Amino acid sequence: MVTMTAYDVAATVKDPELPMLTIADLGILRAVRQSGDHVTVEITPTYSGCPAMGAIRADVTRQLNDAGFPDVDVRTVLAPAWTTDWISEGGRRTLAEHGIAPPGPAPRHRVMLTLGRREPAECPRCGSRATVEVSAFGSTACKALQRCTACEEPFENVKAI
Amino acid sequence: MSNAYDAIIEENDHTRWAFGTGFDDPLAGVDPTVPDGMDAADLAAYCLMLGDDALIMSHRLSEWCTNAPELEDEVALANIALDLLGQARLLLSRAAQASGEGDEDALAYLRDEHEFRNVHLVELPRGDFAHEIARLLVFSTWRLALLERLADSPDPVLAAISAKGVKEVTYHREYAAGWAMRLGDGTDYSHERMAAGIEAVWPYTAELFSPHDVSVGVDPQSLRTEFDTVIAQVFDAARLNTPAATAVGEPAGRSGRHTEAMGVLLAEMQSVARAHPGATW
Repeated sequence: MVTMTAYDVAATVKDPELPMLTIADLGILRAVRQSGDHVTVEITPTYSGCPAMGAIRADVTRQLNDAGFPDVDVRTVLAPAWTTDWISEGGRRTLAEHGIAPPGPAPRHRVMLTLGRREPAECPRCGSRATVEVSAFGSTACKALQRCTACEEPFENVKAI
Repeated sequence: MSNAYDAIIEENDHTRWAFGTGFDDPLAGVDPTVPDGMDAADLAAYCLMLGDDALIMSHRLSEWCTNAPELEDEVALANIALDLLGQARLLLSRAAQASGEGDEDALAYLRDEHEFRNVHLVELPRGDFAHEIARLLVFSTWRLALLERLADSPDPVLAAISAKGVKEVTYHREYAAGWAMRLGDGTDYSHERMAAGIEAVWPYTAELFSPHDVSVGVDPQSLRTEFDTVIAQVFDAARLNTPAATAVGEPAGRSGRHTEAMGVLLAEMQSVARAHPGATW
């Protein structure tokens, strides 16, 4: 039998709002440290008001407990602030397979007012860039609503932050 | 099992987040130390100001649920309200850490009107959609300039909260600017309504830049130039004019004196928490 490390276990925890991805795919899982029986897990929120943090904390604790790590401490780290650049390549592919366009590169410098001239998202169904942002705010804090003018389908994308 | 809710409660306390209260401390595991040389009472007072701005603005925005002109805008305003509520939770929790008293819930739900430190702009009653866009444009333009500077705060917790907030408020400002342009540069009628919204909130902008006596944070006056530049850019694209600089009354929100609307807002926001102290559901 192969024994999983504490990191391997924590890395399998799913995100409650994007359940096709793990918290490792999303870059929410920042560090796992094991010292004897004690495991410290560091997670970072995607958005300040993200309501999934409580569930993620509980899931990490429960899954580690079930895997034989009884003593788990889940800590919040706030800096550096989460960026969509931390979403893994595998995570990006999985998002697209589920009809959610992955984010482009996050803005690196001080953000200027764009007055609606953001880069168009790529349609995850037909690959067209002829897409229109319907609303910068969608069903969760991290997503926007888009429409493809080539295949006429609506879709969501993860906002680059 | 007597009913469906019992099954949910079975699991453990953390799962309550999905349907009620019992939220985790948003600063769980974050080092609470106040840096050497920083006045802890002033840090608490400053976080309270910025936390109260976010909390009360969030509450006003949440009133648009079921009232916005389109579903997409209802979702947008609710998302912005949620971001600001998250910022409020972090800032009020930091205020509680620095003062050594209370927690986010006690600060949000158990203080009286004169103990709130928000600016008057955020407590104004909800007007029409153009009025809300005008308020959100002014608020998010000012707050983004402020949070960008606070990302370099010597307090690492305030700096981290601010750096995170910058990403969120950038989207809020973009949303408000987009609607100000669409309405201002739209039909004669939409232009008239948007201009009226700007006229109504403009007297409350002066307070955003008036000095306060807390030694922590950014000098409010230092934000004026950036604010004016961004607003001018939006107004130019939206065919709107900057109203004459008039202020209403004293800039008193930071010292706990509020407008008539604040008491009514708090009565609603705090009613359940005060009627059932410590309740979770």
